[in-house]
Amino acid sequence: MAITDDVLVIGGGLAGATAALAASDAAEDARVRLVTYKQSTLRHASGLIDVLGYAPSGDGQQQPIADPFTALESLPESHPYQRVGVDAVREALAFFDEVAGDAYAGAHTDRNALVPTHGGTVKPTARYPVSTAEGLASDDRDTLLVGFKTLPDFDAPLAAAHLEAAGAPFDARGVTLSFPGIGRDDAKVTRYAHLLDHDERVETLTGETGAREAIAATVKPHLDGESRVGFPAILGDEHPTAVREALSDALGADVFEVPMGPPSLPGLRLEDLLYDALESAGVRVTAGVPVVGHETTSEGMTAAIDHVVVDRHGAEIPHEADQYVLATGGLVGKGIESNRKRVTEPLFDCYVPHATDRYNWFVDDVFGEQPYARFGVVPDTELRPLDADDDPEFSNLRAAGAVLGGYDYAAEKSGAGVSLATGYVAGTHAGEACQ
Amino acid sequence: MSDAQRPSDDGVSSEQPSTGGVGGGDSDSGDGNDEFEPVQVFPEAEEMDLRPGADSCYKCSTCDTNCPVAEVDDEFPGPKFQGPEQWRLKRQDDHDIDDSVMKCSNCMRCDSACPSSVPLSQMHNTARAEYVEENMSKFSREYLRNRVLANYRRLAPLASMFPRTANFVMGRSVTKWLGEKTLGITSERDFPEFATETFREWWTDRGGANVENEDKRIAYFHGCYSNYNTPEVAKALVHVYEHFGYEVMVPEQSCSGTPMFANGMLEDARRAAETNVRELAAAIEDGADVIASCSSCSMSIRQEYPELFDFENTEDVAANTWDAVEYLRVHEDLMGALENTTVGDEFDDMAYHAPCHSRNQGLDGQTIEVMDAIDGIDAHDVGDSCSGISGTYGWKEENYETSMKIGEEMFEHMDAAEAETGLTECPTCSMQMEHGTGYEIKHTLEVLEAALVGDRDGSGSGSHASAGAGTETATESN
Repeated sequence: MAITDDVLVIGGGLAGATAALAASDAAEDARVRLVTYKQSTLRHASGLIDVLGYAPSGDGQQQPIADPFTALESLPESHPYQRVGVDAVREALAFFDEVAGDAYAGAHTDRNALVPTHGGTVKPTARYPVSTAEGLASDDRDTLLVGFKTLPDFDAPLAAAHLEAAGAPFDARGVTLSFPGIGRDDAKVTRYAHLLDHDERVETLTGETGAREAIAATVKPHLDGESRVGFPAILGDEHPTAVREALSDALGADVFEVPMGPPSLPGLRLEDLLYDALESAGVRVTAGVPVVGHETTSEGMTAAIDHVVVDRHGAEIPHEADQYVLATGGLVGKGIESNRKRVTEPLFDCYVPHATDRYNWFVDDVFGEQPYARFGVVPDTELRPLDADDDPEFSNLRAAGAVLGGYDYAAEKSGAGVSLATGYVAGTHAGEACQ
Repeated sequence: MSDAQRPSDDGVSSEQPSTGGVGGGDSDSGDGNDEFEPVQVFPEAEEMDLRPGADSCYKCSTCDTNCPVAEVDDEFPGPKFQGPEQWRLKRQDDHDIDDSVMKCSNCMRCDSACPSSVPLSQMHNTARAEYVEENMSKFSREYLRNRVLANYRRLAPLASMFPRTANFVMGRSVTKWLGEKTLGITSERDFPEFATETFREWWTDRGGANVENEDKRIAYFHGCYSNYNTPEVAKALVHVYEHFGYEVMVPEQSCSGTPMFANGMLEDARRAAETNVRELAAAIEDGADVIASCSSCSMSIRQEYPELFDFENTEDVAANTWDAVEYLRVHEDLMGALENTTVGDEFDDMAYHAPCHSRNQGLDGQTIEVMDAIDGIDAHDVGDSCSGISGTYGWKEENYETSMKIGEEMFEHMDAAEAETGLTECPTCSMQMEHGTGYEIKHTLEVLEAALVGDRDGSGSGSHASAGAGTETATESN
């Protein structure tokens, strides 16, 4: 007996989770399952939802895009946004807004927001966690950035100087302090968050107090009229709003988070938010095990996937569904693989266009237009992967997210937006097709 | 850059040999018409080559964010340090294994977290064994205590001979006080009660299998706990499998080794594993698949054995071992069989905790899916947190507080769920669930038995040692 569902989504990142939610939204009675090998790479992610930050084929020196939706129109035909169309991108964002509720901001405008990051650069983004909202670089209030000695990934004075040098319309100042209650140099970010979530008692010079109060007391003497204070993004995991409000009340200033590199709490919170939504939608999740093979059937011209095989420590478990969504990620997520000869999509061996000579897979300019960054499967407008002759590989397989080719998400700052838009479209089609 | 220098990360994830596979013998070179000549960079062959795992780590720290211990105890440097970083440090002769390795609870959540398939728990198990071997005095209280906890199975037969006496003695506050003072076993917990009749005694009395079927055979790995403490779980397995027409075999077996790995007693584990692999391989030879009812037992046989040992048939036994419910889902129409079944009030509302060792097998969603198929059961998943006890970990005086802090999230969610009965597949998780909430805790197989077979020979209360034991532990659920 195969484990049987109507829609099977392979991959548990932003694209996969969105596809599963969209499928379940499109077909309420459908049984949807998401299978994911290892943990979602969302905890590597900043938690920001960008749509398009920079035009593709830029030289790295250009200005951020002010209105991503207008810019979408001029993208090349091969770009995933063009495949699904601008309206679908808007629908996907509205779908995300619904799921995210008040955890995210930015839905009030089409224009990109500029969110300061831990390097002191600003990132153009369409949606941002509400914890970062008070920190926007377009806001002209003076800013104090607070770093901690034991969190060297965020050098607050350097980040402040960088913001000023980049022309931010306010004075920024950074201080580096000790985090009360943390003894070790290498305590994990989850430890900081847990301490604040639970407001654990910590030792301070003046006696034992709650962690939130202790931090506010540490920062307060350094406040010099600034009306907002930025912290590295460790302000709680389960209860970030309560932590922020407590700090804000005690400091008499607005408090915001500066998104950090991996492992990232805003990324973790986004993951939690999506997986809670999956649970509420009745989507079944099988995690920690890889899909290792598939069997096909062919009715008519196009082959179809009959079932896939999931490996559980050597035992092969068949999983069968009517419709499948491939959302296994790109070169980093291992949804696209390369060896010395070929670039492949390893699960279904979908066609991935690439030069035969591997020395043409890259250009010497590191920040130039790298062909490898655009490796991925080529979809039709329904997001079915196409073979070398432009025919769908399988009638019941769609692809979403970074496994798609034709765009360089790192250069464009379009990773989250493409995952949302293509996940939404692939999931919706999959749900409708199994009705 | 010449071809030979050009690094390739192809195939780092899965195909690396775990023993002796010294650098360069690249399986990819089969179709090689390139002038690629692998260079042997690392000459010495070690007994267990963990370099591929250490090299695969790109320090993303995803494992650290999954570590339940690091979240509540900043003295614990986390799985990334315990695994790849410590392995690299150890390349220098002047480094011992850091004593913090003993704070790892062996929940193994880091394994399924790693996007690069670094064998973290394998690295932790070997580091812990080395620490115990090289750095822990064999005369220390800690060593003695850990040895006792790890080898609970050696004491259990004694207790089972005189279960009422043992339960009485173990329940005495003076015993617990002594346990804490002399051995460092926390006095906060009540020792699990021993059954008046072990599963194996019951099995012998019953005359063994009631069904013979050479086409459908399973070898039941019951483990220690369902033999000595909760035979009702083991009996439920027998009844459910016989219901589906399986011939159940109960081969000779030792402890799965889980508590021994967790305490760095790798030699004890090796002895136990050798017996198990030999006996289970013989059963497989007889046409059986191996079935376990405890999630840590199945985890151990499926993953830890092949990672740590190389007895003959280890891989084969691993590949043919299954979780009891998973096996029925794949080999029988379990969901169909459960349709329109009902169970008594006993099981109508349950708070389910997925053990970490189920999670690592991709089985954390399974129980709720199966429960949903039974009419009238309302099973709530209490979230993805760790229960915190992690086998023998939470029994140690020095870990008790950490263990309860980790468990807090699960306790809160159990409390919030509209259920007064807990459900899980792990014996020590069930101890922690009971300890933190006072709920009665059931095993999934008991629910399946009630749904499919009904109440057979008074299972539930009859076999459990409640008669003489309750005096000191009157606050306990039963």
